[in-house]
Amino acid sequence: MEMQFKIFRYDPQVDAEPRYQDYKVKADPRDRILDCLNKIRWEQDGTLSYRMSCGHGVCGSDGMRINGVCGLACQQLVKDYEGQEVLVEPLPFFPVVKDLVVEMEGFLERIREQRSYLMAAGDHPEKERHQDPKDRQKVDDVIRCILCACCTGACPVMGKNGNYVGPAALVWAYRYIYDSRDSQFRERLKNIDFSDGAWSCENFFDCTRVCPKKIPVTKCINTLKKEIEKSRS
Amino acid sequence: MVFKHDIVIVGAGLAGLRAALEVTGEGDVALISKVYPTRSHSGAAQGGIAAALGNEEPDSWEWHMYDTVKGGDYLTDQNVAEILARDAPRAVYELEHMGVPFNRMADGKIAQRAFGGHTRNFGEAAVKRACYAADRSGRVIMDALYFEAVRKGIRIYSEFQMLDLVFRDGQTAGLVAYETATGELHFFHCRMILLATGGYGKVFKTTSNAFASTGDGVYLPYRAGLPLEDMEFVQFHPTGIHRLGVLISEAARGEGGILRNGEGERFMERYAPTIKDLAPRDMVSRAIALEIREGRGIGGQDYVHLDLTHLGEKKLQERLSDISSFVRIYLGVDPSREPVPIAPTCHYMMGGIPTSTEGEVLDVEGKCVPGLYAAGECSCLSLHGANRLGCNSLLDLVVFGRRAGQKMAGELVRLPWQDAPQRPEEETARRISRLKEKGEGEKIGVLRGELQEAMTLHCSVFRTEESLKKALARIEELQDRYSRARVDNTGSRFNTDLLDGLELECLLGLAEAMVHAALARRESRGAHSREDYRERDDDQFLRHSLVWRRNGRVQVDYKPVTITRFQPKARTY
Repeated sequence: MEMQFKIFRYDPQVDAEPRYQDYKVKADPRDRILDCLNKIRWEQDGTLSYRMSCGHGVCGSDGMRINGVCGLACQQLVKDYEGQEVLVEPLPFFPVVKDLVVEMEGFLERIREQRSYLMAAGDHPEKERHQDPKDRQKVDDVIRCILCACCTGACPVMGKNGNYVGPAALVWAYRYIYDSRDSQFRERLKNIDFSDGAWSCENFFDCTRVCPKKIPVTKCINTLKKEIEKSRS
Repeated sequence: MVFKHDIVIVGAGLAGLRAALEVTGEGDVALISKVYPTRSHSGAAQGGIAAALGNEEPDSWEWHMYDTVKGGDYLTDQNVAEILARDAPRAVYELEHMGVPFNRMADGKIAQRAFGGHTRNFGEAAVKRACYAADRSGRVIMDALYFEAVRKGIRIYSEFQMLDLVFRDGQTAGLVAYETATGELHFFHCRMILLATGGYGKVFKTTSNAFASTGDGVYLPYRAGLPLEDMEFVQFHPTGIHRLGVLISEAARGEGGILRNGEGERFMERYAPTIKDLAPRDMVSRAIALEIREGRGIGGQDYVHLDLTHLGEKKLQERLSDISSFVRIYLGVDPSREPVPIAPTCHYMMGGIPTSTEGEVLDVEGKCVPGLYAAGECSCLSLHGANRLGCNSLLDLVVFGRRAGQKMAGELVRLPWQDAPQRPEEETARRISRLKEKGEGEKIGVLRGELQEAMTLHCSVFRTEESLKKALARIEELQDRYSRARVDNTGSRFNTDLLDGLELECLLGLAEAMVHAALARRESRGAHSREDYRERDDDQFLRHSLVWRRNGRVQVDYKPVTITRFQPKARTY
């Protein structure tokens, strides 16, 4: 089948403003949208830039906006866009480096600010620390995060408040707040207890809808808010 | 620009990160990575990491060592397998202490499951040895190591691609790297380099590997005249999603999944009567290829079924949720209700840069190249021999990444700086401008596609002298066409078209080394299956191959295998 693409093109150092370019691609219904972008780049127009690596939703490189919805190009199949023109744009709210490539440093910095590593009390035991499977299960959903930034690109609050730490950073805060081996529960809660932290979330649920790893992001943020309130009383 | 660091580590997957954590504080270390660190391909490892913890049932490091040696069809250096198996429990406990969220048993210990080729009591029956976090074990370990590196303040240059190694008087002097965001060439002046750049599955058409897995770090030493070892041994994973090659972890069979052919038969019972579907990957891939060739694929087509329907939704969700979602997304199949169409996919390279057990890169004479180290899939420790066992790869990365780090830290006091040469990036700049020249040359994508087709057709699960000679002729023809190839994109910002062009030189060179080594090995051993030489020939070929370029010609020679505890015998399961 032939697919029609309209793709965001912009090189901030050369172009006065962004433009959209049309492409036609022959595709199999089972192809990924990423396969179509590759056909464009490899066969038609080598000047198109985007990130990709694993091609199956594990590395998190190819987050972008496809027909207005943030997602991974390697997880979207052509058959689901049959008969439509496919509009491909970079993740919203991120500075564009070129075409579909966005600046990720600010996003990652907010994850790093969550001190996303285990801080356990006391010395390491000789063998493993024991952990109840029920405790381990508390982080089952959030350890699926691949840092693709689709949630953050989809969040309407990001458009109003660029200082919001964003849903992904809160998922990483959750990851260690609910790790029963960690000793920094209160400090970690305090770290997100401010107006641009957990309290910026307005329950739009866009993050949850777009998450390629099906993490219940909004639910996690609401759990964090309740936990903060509980810790204050 | 010129950057100066004592040690530059190339690649921020598990091997690179683990080594960096070991040397930080001892010297000034920097990591460079062609992708963002958490995009590295270690993150795609699903099933787990092997260690004889004995949490679920009795286990011992000696059994693990034996399985590694037998799994490698006795081409494994046994002193290396011993280090791996003995150090495995410590390595896994260390990861747990760093925060890796392993799945747990009811008593709170790390849970373990069965995996291909891992057995109790020297082959008696399958043993639960794989420690795991659902089916995203690699990803969560990489996240833990990455944020540990952040915590320690390790300098990371993201989206910097190594394009040349620079030596002076036979000693490492630095490397040339391309900054993807700006198109600038930089020289990293350093005393030591650790290559940790992973594999090169992109030589083949169907692979579980990432687009970034082009073997840059394996090819550059080869281009510089250093040897590569055991390049003929390419692992095809039995269960790639049909057509796409996306990995379906062996954990699916470890948890009870069964392979069935077009007649509904559990065919692995015929090939490996004792451990059946949990036979090592080379055997299962060959079995699938034979079933398909003999017309017993599903509906006579080029795939078989992996049946997970009897595992139940709960187990699939708890332990195999990522692969369940891949199957739903890419095939539209619910694995709890329907079997999954699968076929072998290129997965792992046993061969690579020859190294000592401390990660020192070895030359043709077996002497260390001062200042040059390698770890992980790009290296060849002679650990995995002719076929790697599942879950031994993540283990290799953290055990030998650490050892390389320790060795580098120790050598720092001894190793002097080499002066930076004048214009070290000149040669690389010339290569780039040649690709950017306007002309009549062919597109990179066309040439790469032809290489991948040829390798898949002629150098895959089964090989013959005839097929390998065809592959070699194609590679030589493509190398000639590559010398006139061009890229569309002459820009400097995020020019991935140019990087594709530079990477193709690596893929072509590695394919050349692979085929030369495969032609020379006139026997069948592990993953190298010659239909014109069906038997293993220990008299002639119980040896590691070395392949290198000298004066424009490719040479092949051999070096001995280290045998300590286990004498080679017939390999049945």
